[in-house]
Amino acid sequence: MRTIPLVLAAAVAALGAAYANAQGSDPNLGRNLAATCANCHGTNGVSVGAVESLAGKPKEEIVRKMQDYKKGTKPATVMTQLAKGYTDEQIELVAAWFAAQKAK
Amino acid sequence: MSIQRRDFLKALGAAGFGTVAALPGCATTGGGAGGKVVVIGGGYGGATAAKYIRMWSDGGVDVTVVEPSPEFISCPLSNLVIGGSKQIGDVTVSYDNLPKRHGVKILRDTATSVDPEKRTVKLASGQELAYDRLILSPGIDFMWDKVPSLNNADAQGKILHAWKAGAQTVALRNQLVAMPDGGVYAISIPVAPYRCPPGPYERACQVAWYFKRAKPKSKVLILDGNGDVTSKGPLFKKAWAEEYKGIVEYRPNHVLTDVDVATRTAKFEVQDSVKADVLNILPPQRAGAIARSAGVVTANDRWCDVDFLTFESVKVKNVHILGDAIQIATGMPKSGHMANQHAKVCAAAVIALLSGQAPNPTPVLSNTCYSFITDREVVHVCSVHQYDKEKKTLLPVAGAGGVSPAANELEGGYAFSWAQNIWADTLA
Repeated sequence: MRTIPLVLAAAVAALGAAYANAQGSDPNLGRNLAATCANCHGTNGVSVGAVESLAGKPKEEIVRKMQDYKKGTKPATVMTQLAKGYTDEQIELVAAWFAAQKAK
Repeated sequence: MSIQRRDFLKALGAAGFGTVAALPGCATTGGGAGGKVVVIGGGYGGATAAKYIRMWSDGGVDVTVVEPSPEFISCPLSNLVIGGSKQIGDVTVSYDNLPKRHGVKILRDTATSVDPEKRTVKLASGQELAYDRLILSPGIDFMWDKVPSLNNADAQGKILHAWKAGAQTVALRNQLVAMPDGGVYAISIPVAPYRCPPGPYERACQVAWYFKRAKPKSKVLILDGNGDVTSKGPLFKKAWAEEYKGIVEYRPNHVLTDVDVATRTAKFEVQDSVKADVLNILPPQRAGAIARSAGVVTANDRWCDVDFLTFESVKVKNVHILGDAIQIATGMPKSGHMANQHAKVCAAAVIALLSGQAPNPTPVLSNTCYSFITDREVVHVCSVHQYDKEKKTLLPVAGAGGVSPAANELEGGYAFSWAQNIWADTLA
């Protein structure tokens, strides 16, 4: 069981970040956006099929690929069309979230 | 989470230290959500919602799924069973991982009524379940009154729909196998909206694929209630003109009024009747009956209007609806992929609401739908849907999404991979 002192310590350490993030924005935005990818790339980005896993991939790599798809400079079947549906900010959030997941 | 910690977090929030949910330890969990959720229906919508609520609440929310089927049988890919390149076992997935890995309780039962005032659900077995939040993912019911001669079990065993995967899928395959070469298979498509817009055209391709190999003198007749092909039109028409030249014939504007069961004849509002050797009728559809009991059927006496931030009924509090049963937003297909996506937006919202937090104000959905032209060549349609704050709905992003340039095997591989991943994402 977590105790108050532990939480307190973590909370104090995180206050700066929490404040920066306090414009009512949801800390689960990255998670929720990444869940839109799971149908093809697996739950939490761990694929059980031929399509690549995204869990644990470096954030920069995912952002670069998504931007290349978005610009159309990297050929693909669905990804050139889907990438255009996400804002640059959303791509950053999704990439950061996948990068933080454990690859299996 | 301990009570002390919960109180501490509340105090911290009240003290103006920013949103409590932004604290580490809560950032990837439900922030200590508790409560009871009942999910009616274990399809793409319901099963996904159950799994994700358990996963995202760190097991804090109690989830019970009510589902009469012992196994999940996928509608996507089931047209390959009808064409004969796959078996029903290939599209069947166990429910075992939902309780085993996620602690979801599954009751093999049927929900018979909902009391939204008392927040209870009655089951066919007589059991009663209480809920804080109810999620209805009942799929579709057929409007048999629109095809009067099929409004009995005997007729429904002869003229099949096979639009809910399972016994009907296998039975339709058997009818095609038993049909002599030189026969006619006819499929009647209802006026949109109906479950899986491209599905009937994919089915026509799969039956034609089988005929081309096994019964080359046979024909496929598409009798469409719509004025034109409702999804991936140019791609399907190209397949019928080239791959299936001389086998498939497409006839638009065929609105069905009834059938003659004994002679397997379809009758239409305007057009001449059509007799077939295998007659496949997709009747008009509406939200599953339990939605009516819950009082959430608000559109056209057929579908359920929802708040797209939460998928909660616009009319009945604490009742959420997912999947084919909802009144769709612009450009949103009634698809299994979409139901899975509805479920994740709903899961996040239900956890937030049970924790006294506001739901995510910017939900996003994506859709990717593969249709098999042959046993391995595929075409896709895809889209991304973002929430529009002013219009309070999910809208397809202009300039995003699209279709395949042509049928191809590469995407056939992706389609099988999609099935593996969405089945795991929904059920494992």
